[in-house]
Amino acid sequence: MERQADGIFEYAPAPESRAVVRLRPAYELFIDGEFVPAKSGEHMTTANPADEEPLAQVSVAGETDVDRAVTAARRAFEGVWGAMSGAERGKYLFRIARILQERARELAVLETLDNGKPIKETRDVDLPLVAAHFFYHAGWADKLDHAGMGPAPRPVGVAAQVIPWNFPLLMLAWKIAPALAAGNTVVLKPAETTPLSALVFAEICQEAELPPGVVNIVTGAGETGRALVGHPGADKVAFTGSTAVGREIARTVAGTGKRLTLELGGKGANIVYDDAALDQAVEGIVSGIFFNQGHVCCAGSRLLVQESAAEELLARLRARIERLRLGDPLDKNTDIGAINSAEQLERIRELARAGAEEGAESWSPDCPLPERGHWFPPTVFTGVTQAHRIAREEIFGPVLSVLTFRTPEEAVAKANNTPYGLSAGVWTEKGSRMLWTAERLRAGVIWSNTFNKFDPASPFGGYKESGYGREGGRHGLEAYLVHAA
Amino acid sequence: MPETVLPPDPAASNTSLRALLHGLPGVDEVGARARAADLSTRSIKTSAKARAIDLAISMIDLTTLEGADTRGKVRALSAKAVRPDPADPAVPSAAAVCVYSDLVATAAEALAGSGVKVASVATAFPSGRAPLEAKLADTRRAVADGAAEIDMVIDRGAFLAGDYLAVRDEITAVKEACGDAHLKVILETGELATYDNVRRASWLAILAGADFIKTSTGKVAPAATLPVTLIMLEAVRDHYAATGRRVGVKPAGGIRTAKDALKYLVLVNEVAGDGWLDPDHFRLGASSLLNDLLMQRTRLSTGTYPGPDYYTLD
Repeated sequence: MERQADGIFEYAPAPESRAVVRLRPAYELFIDGEFVPAKSGEHMTTANPADEEPLAQVSVAGETDVDRAVTAARRAFEGVWGAMSGAERGKYLFRIARILQERARELAVLETLDNGKPIKETRDVDLPLVAAHFFYHAGWADKLDHAGMGPAPRPVGVAAQVIPWNFPLLMLAWKIAPALAAGNTVVLKPAETTPLSALVFAEICQEAELPPGVVNIVTGAGETGRALVGHPGADKVAFTGSTAVGREIARTVAGTGKRLTLELGGKGANIVYDDAALDQAVEGIVSGIFFNQGHVCCAGSRLLVQESAAEELLARLRARIERLRLGDPLDKNTDIGAINSAEQLERIRELARAGAEEGAESWSPDCPLPERGHWFPPTVFTGVTQAHRIAREEIFGPVLSVLTFRTPEEAVAKANNTPYGLSAGVWTEKGSRMLWTAERLRAGVIWSNTFNKFDPASPFGGYKESGYGREGGRHGLEAYLVHAA
Repeated sequence: MPETVLPPDPAASNTSLRALLHGLPGVDEVGARARAADLSTRSIKTSAKARAIDLAISMIDLTTLEGADTRGKVRALSAKAVRPDPADPAVPSAAAVCVYSDLVATAAEALAGSGVKVASVATAFPSGRAPLEAKLADTRRAVADGAAEIDMVIDRGAFLAGDYLAVRDEITAVKEACGDAHLKVILETGELATYDNVRRASWLAILAGADFIKTSTGKVAPAATLPVTLIMLEAVRDHYAATGRRVGVKPAGGIRTAKDALKYLVLVNEVAGDGWLDPDHFRLGASSLLNDLLMQRTRLSTGTYPGPDYYTLD
């Protein structure tokens, strides 16, 4: 394989303009339809992970602030939103969806600045999916009688929602769109390192003239999240994030009568049989682990390749990885952006060190990293065994662990031998083998000859330590509805 | 690369060719389209765009393949290929002028000493439906009249019927008739029905001795597409890795704008690599494309678009 033709055809920098984003120096909490200062008086700074430059000051909501938000949500639920007809609620959701589309470029740039992911992804994946989730659920709002929850299902009430930093606005959409469509009101806490797109979403709620209190955004770190999920006024808790925090939340919520859905970690297996379409399998492996720098709970972080095809597949994979372009996330030709935080970078480094110490062989392309910001090169570990930490623990970074198998039975056994069960991919040109394999995998999402494809109509969620409950599709509505008596 | 892509026994049979071609890794159509679409979002600006436009101009096979072609038109096209923009000598020449075989002598005379090659379609272009003797006579005459490159069509009927040996033998015979002339083998991918077939036809043509594999005659829709070109580039890449012989690729038909041409160059760059980024290994079969490249070139250097009347009609 030849190296990239930089001498002949080097791509000139093609940065997306930052001018579409008007950052304010400081952001307040969004409670009861208005931006209000935090009673706590505390602030935190959110920074651009690509260069560590501060972007804005954001309020930290304390217990009093969370209480105000939950009270506002309760008032909105009882006063206006819970009683509103589905058709009317749908109109608001359609309006929000359209504004999201109109402001897509601004939100894509903002998300890239705050998160570090490439503009190519925020522009072509995050934002189109965000709008699609609102459009999809807007359509459900007046059809809930047909959601399989009885003739007239009722909303649950006030939803406390806590989301992660890897897809800030998309996770917000996954949480808020179904909750609102079903007639609930929400208090949402975005992640501490990526609060900005949620705060612009609050502006969009104002622009759409959503009744005050239906959506409340409280920013902050772990303490704010604890206050929110522990608040007695919340009827339902929805969390996406790490398994460790998910456990803590499950303990907090246990015995309170609150409903709970958890979408947690994963260690997805990407199974490649020797009859797979190899060039497309390579694309699927790359998108499975390097999409969003591997900050994806359903990432295909374990490659299980049939040993008879391993050498050829890995040669093609390495050649492909050498062509990935790492750098300025705002450059339209960047494939791999920045790691979201110093903390996450340290976790990736620690697990990569453990992989090398435990005897796996590490490979990365010759790829210079920018001097400032948080960066980690695409990395492939071969010679990995089931016992290695890098085969068992979620790395949440651009690190692929390669294992081989001989028989389909072995592939399934290895794929299922993990405490997680969120996603899996299967690559074969033979339909019967595809179905045989998919039937036996214990994972919430199984992709057939593709990976990391999302659709609002498709339910998403996990087995075992990957959590419980589903988001998206008809199944996702169940979390926000009470079965008709 | 592995054994699956090594050349077959020269004394091949239909059975052994079938085993080889059907043993190639499959192509997932959805995935191939997605990869081509993803690469077409690359943003080629400023200095990269300037280089790419000149590179694309130097890769053009400036083509006229009409029943109404005249010697006058071939002379005009030849002059344009040598000096695409009469107002700017810095613009590189096109790679070749591509004509029907009866007009080769005219083109050869017009291009003598210019470095621009004469390419001729042959072998009962575009249908390929003629006796082998006629195809070979057509080829020999074009070469004798001065064609440095022959663009032949494969027998799609035989290919689709599974008679791979007939296709291979015909390519081998034409290659022999070419002598020193380079052979481009047109797969007519618009008639091959599946991407798996495109990959198999690519390998069959390469193994039979093609110097270039070419997508289309331009007379069948769809002509060149990005996914089809992607699959052909993968074939020449894998063949090179297995044998060290670098076969060229030529998408032809339907490439009309500079923007399209740049997408093809990105594909070459990221799928096959820099070894293919020259006119000896990548060509664009086109006619109206050249004027758009010239217009974008002027726009890039002066900041304004000249009107279409500032460029010669083909």
